[in-house]
Amino acid sequence: MKVLVPVKRVVDYNVKVRVKSDGTGVELANVKMSMNPFDEIAVEEAIRLKEKGVVTEIVAVSIGVQQSQETIRTALAMGADRGILVVTDQPTESLAVAKILAAIAKEEAPQLIILGKQAIDDDANQTGQMLSGLLGWPQGTFASKITADGAMVTVEREIDGGAETVELKLPAVVTTDLRLNEPRYASLPNIMKAKSKPIASKTPADYGVDATPRLQILKVVEPSKRTAGVKVKTVDELVDKLKVLGAIG
Amino acid sequence: MSSLVLAEHDNKVLKDATLATITAAGQLGGEVHVLVAGAGAQAVADAAAKVAGVTKVLLADDAAYEHALPENVAPLVAGLMANYDAFVAPATSRGKNIAPRVAAALDVVQISEILSVEAPDTFTRPIYAGNAIATVKSSDAKRVITVRGTAFAKAATEGGSASIEPVSGTGDSGLSTFKGAELTTSARPELTAAKIIVSGGRALGSGEKFHEIMEPLADALGAGLGASRAAVDAGYVPNDYQVGQTGKIVAPELYMAVGISGAIQHLAGMKDSKIIVAINKDDDAPIFQVADIGLVGDLFTLVPELTSKLNAAKG
Repeated sequence: MKVLVPVKRVVDYNVKVRVKSDGTGVELANVKMSMNPFDEIAVEEAIRLKEKGVVTEIVAVSIGVQQSQETIRTALAMGADRGILVVTDQPTESLAVAKILAAIAKEEAPQLIILGKQAIDDDANQTGQMLSGLLGWPQGTFASKITADGAMVTVEREIDGGAETVELKLPAVVTTDLRLNEPRYASLPNIMKAKSKPIASKTPADYGVDATPRLQILKVVEPSKRTAGVKVKTVDELVDKLKVLGAIG
Repeated sequence: MSSLVLAEHDNKVLKDATLATITAAGQLGGEVHVLVAGAGAQAVADAAAKVAGVTKVLLADDAAYEHALPENVAPLVAGLMANYDAFVAPATSRGKNIAPRVAAALDVVQISEILSVEAPDTFTRPIYAGNAIATVKSSDAKRVITVRGTAFAKAATEGGSASIEPVSGTGDSGLSTFKGAELTTSARPELTAAKIIVSGGRALGSGEKFHEIMEPLADALGAGLGASRAAVDAGYVPNDYQVGQTGKIVAPELYMAVGISGAIQHLAGMKDSKIIVAINKDDDAPIFQVADIGLVGDLFTLVPELTSKLNAAKG
């Protein structure tokens, strides 16, 4: 079966983001960008399904600025087969992204779409659910285990009180949680090989999607900061302090 | 302006997450109705009808809604939304699963995990793991919102006298099947509802030590028990213990971090706690920068001492 894996270019996980002084957003100039970590897990899972012989082709898709091509190259170096880059300079909002992905899914007819449960920039956690809703497909969100055969995919999901298992008819959308797998690093030969793998270049208009944002960002501020309190030397002092603060009886 | 709130429940009990969501919906202005979608969930509807501020409860009682499968519940909600301006769900794993599917059906963008209502169309929400707070204004005709429970007061569970009206939707979509759940059973309070939380980190060294050291402390305080991502990844405790950006967001009266260094992803999940206590052997651990009270030393001697003194103080 064919798998579609959407990947997003975001500020690297290890970068401490800074809010711009004019309050319009966070500083993105000269900041290291990487693939959204949850999407890396999605690419890895698709590759593992291919290694098991369940999957025959992996198509990586990215929607965003021209440099999102690098994110697709990363997926190709990990083991994806080809890429589709949808270039737009507008902010990429979940609904528009889901609409573009739905249009690509209709063209490519994958049996499975695997993507991260959320992107670590806007933390919206909605693209996968919207995509499955638009397509009328079932969804297995926050996956910690995926088992796919010809007609069904079984997904173990991380939920508030523990875990649950759902069985989905294919085609289906699955969103990844942290513990699904540990993504591999691309080897140097595979990075070289990825350079010759094909990437198709498209625009939102090619898919008939109006990507105009629906949410206006009025301002972005730093959260209120906590300040360090006091250090105590002994357990007795700690217990006394807690009593004074009324935290314990 | 009127809002439809998605009730969080297990077909028997209305969960607290619903109460904070009702408060947020009330701040939008206009009537607040609550949808209870479940199977054999009359008791949940009865409880929702008593919540202060709720004027109507819609009960969709059908086997297809027992496990809140989004393929079945989202079309039900989308159908009801002709009568409402906003759909408001708690930002629980269930709310996050269902609400975006509703948003797609209504052709609107979801506003995720709001922290405050600035105006009926304007909200604040965390981005970049809570390292920045964005104020966003929606231009959509209807709003689909998820609510961070710790950011809103809980509506009172008594004082309302809403009517309960049966509703029905399209039932089972046939797309998905619930196969089973493994829920952590614990006599301790749930993390998202606990007044006191004690959390253990990787410094505990093993699952055995985690239970040996942390459980008596939690019991002495009547606390919920949490963990850092490092402790969960190391296999000391199951994933639903995890407090942090990708785990549970908590804001108890007292949060005690034991052997947790304070990675930014962990801080994102607990920094709104009222009082933070940190016990760690590393004097420079980042957790001390947010802790109200810090105790530097070996947790394996300090925590049992603390536990016994807390128990002694109780008599």
